[in-house]
Amino acid sequence: MILAVCLKRVPDTNARPTVGPDGKSINPQGIEFVINPYDEFAIEEALRIRDKAGSGEVVGVTVDPDGNESILRKALAMGVDRGILVKGGSTFDGAMTAEILAGVLKPLGASLILFGKQAVDSDSCQVPGMVAEHLKVPRATVVTKLEIQGDKVVCRRQIEGSEEVVEMAMPCVVAAQKGLNEPRYPSLKGIMAAKKKPVETKGAPAAEPRIEILKMEPPAPRPPGRIVGRGKDAVPELVRLLRDEAKVL
Amino acid sequence: MAHSILVFVEQRDGKVKRAGLEALSEAARLGDASAVLVGSGIAALAADAGRAGARKVYVVDEPRFKLYAPEGYARAILLAAQKSGATHLFLAATAMGKDLAPTVAAMAGSAVATDCTGLSSEGDRIVARRPVYAGKMTVQIGFKKSPAVYTLRPNVFPLSRDGNASPAVEELKLTLGEGDLRTLVKEVAATSAGKVELTEASIVVTAGRGLGSPESFKLRDELAAVLGAAVGASRAVVDNGWRPHSEQVGQTGKTVSPNLYIAIAVSGAIQHLAGMSSSKVIVAINKDPDAPIFKVANYGIVGDAFEVVPALTEEFRKVLHH
Repeated sequence: MILAVCLKRVPDTNARPTVGPDGKSINPQGIEFVINPYDEFAIEEALRIRDKAGSGEVVGVTVDPDGNESILRKALAMGVDRGILVKGGSTFDGAMTAEILAGVLKPLGASLILFGKQAVDSDSCQVPGMVAEHLKVPRATVVTKLEIQGDKVVCRRQIEGSEEVVEMAMPCVVAAQKGLNEPRYPSLKGIMAAKKKPVETKGAPAAEPRIEILKMEPPAPRPPGRIVGRGKDAVPELVRLLRDEAKVL
Repeated sequence: MAHSILVFVEQRDGKVKRAGLEALSEAARLGDASAVLVGSGIAALAADAGRAGARKVYVVDEPRFKLYAPEGYARAILLAAQKSGATHLFLAATAMGKDLAPTVAAMAGSAVATDCTGLSSEGDRIVARRPVYAGKMTVQIGFKKSPAVYTLRPNVFPLSRDGNASPAVEELKLTLGEGDLRTLVKEVAATSAGKVELTEASIVVTAGRGLGSPESFKLRDELAAVLGAAVGASRAVVDNGWRPHSEQVGQTGKTVSPNLYIAIAVSGAIQHLAGMSSSKVIVAINKDPDAPIFKVANYGIVGDAFEVVPALTEEFRKVLHH
């Protein structure tokens, strides 16, 4: 069984990005890039499924505009068997990324294609659903529990105040939510082994852009606030302000 | 030329989602709005859509749509889009809307602008403004393909209710082939009844690691109960296993924009601020006067949560029940 995990290289969540010179993207200088945090749940789940089955191969796939393989090496260090690096795509055009990914995934013949539920840079939550549609396979997003039952996958996906139980035939697409598992850290042995694992590099096929970024800017700063007071004596004044000034009660 | 916009008005268990009506209200402000209702036994909901501004309501009533069926719902939306001639499709950025929009867009060869917080009509296009990097940046997006698909963040666009409660209604018949419904939602697990959903709540009360122990979260819960608020937690709290991830607010949790956000003993790490700084009014209670949370708060109290929060709960109880 082949398990594909689709990965994106994103700024660390502690990063404080600034707008780059083109006014449409962030300035990458001084930013630490990492595997998209949600993708780590996808990797961990794939590794557990492979190890439980005692056979199979976990293939990490990334589409990266810069052709940077650093996150694939980290995934290999966690235990992924091999990597496919596609140079192309764009940070924000998820539809384009999905088209490129579907082209790579189709010949791979994976039984299960795992993603993180969203990338923490573009925050679009769109690539998993689009890839599933291109491949004409079922999919579940925001998944907190995954169980393989014969040739079926049964998932729980988070919705408002509850969960949906989703059943799918394989092959299928699953997008992982935090809570699905606890991702492992790469071991020293894993890091050494990763250096020898194969990464195949491909050029991206021509894909059509669907959107354009017209402008990027930091959000409008919040108006300066004030300290109402100290300790519980400030409580009546705070409640008065919320009612009479902010009018939110 | 008026934009022709079709809005998917989500319903679960025969109740329309407020966020869907907010999207419809915004569509009616931007152009010529129609709505599509998808489900089973839902025709009566057309009046809700009319009041929120739909001139015409398409209804796809299908027994297999009792529960959410992603590929089928997507086909229903595209059928209505074809009938209405819409070049823009709006959905609410709810669990269903965010799951469904990419499927709709992929079927139509288009893309999605997710979780939009602003939409403006610029000539013959609609420009979408949306947060990225969890709100640390905002981008403006233009579409190169039609139909353009947008999901609109709940609680951002004002709801209008002065439309026509008897809009024109057209029932559409969707033909579904054997392989058209691939993903099967078997059931919805028991809901936590009475609990207010974080992303939809108009008031959110969040607590951080400063509370010191999982037991202390009853301070947060008592305050939330008096206000009818949803409860949130910081990442540190979730990572410690004190509260479930479904309560996490921030970059790897939920993004919220309530009218009132109360942060108790939350220091205000950048990844937390990213998830809540679009709230309309922010109140911070923290014993450290230099905590970064005070930089985004409209009102702050410097003090010990164990002293301030019970007093605040009591004061709200007095004020709100008179």
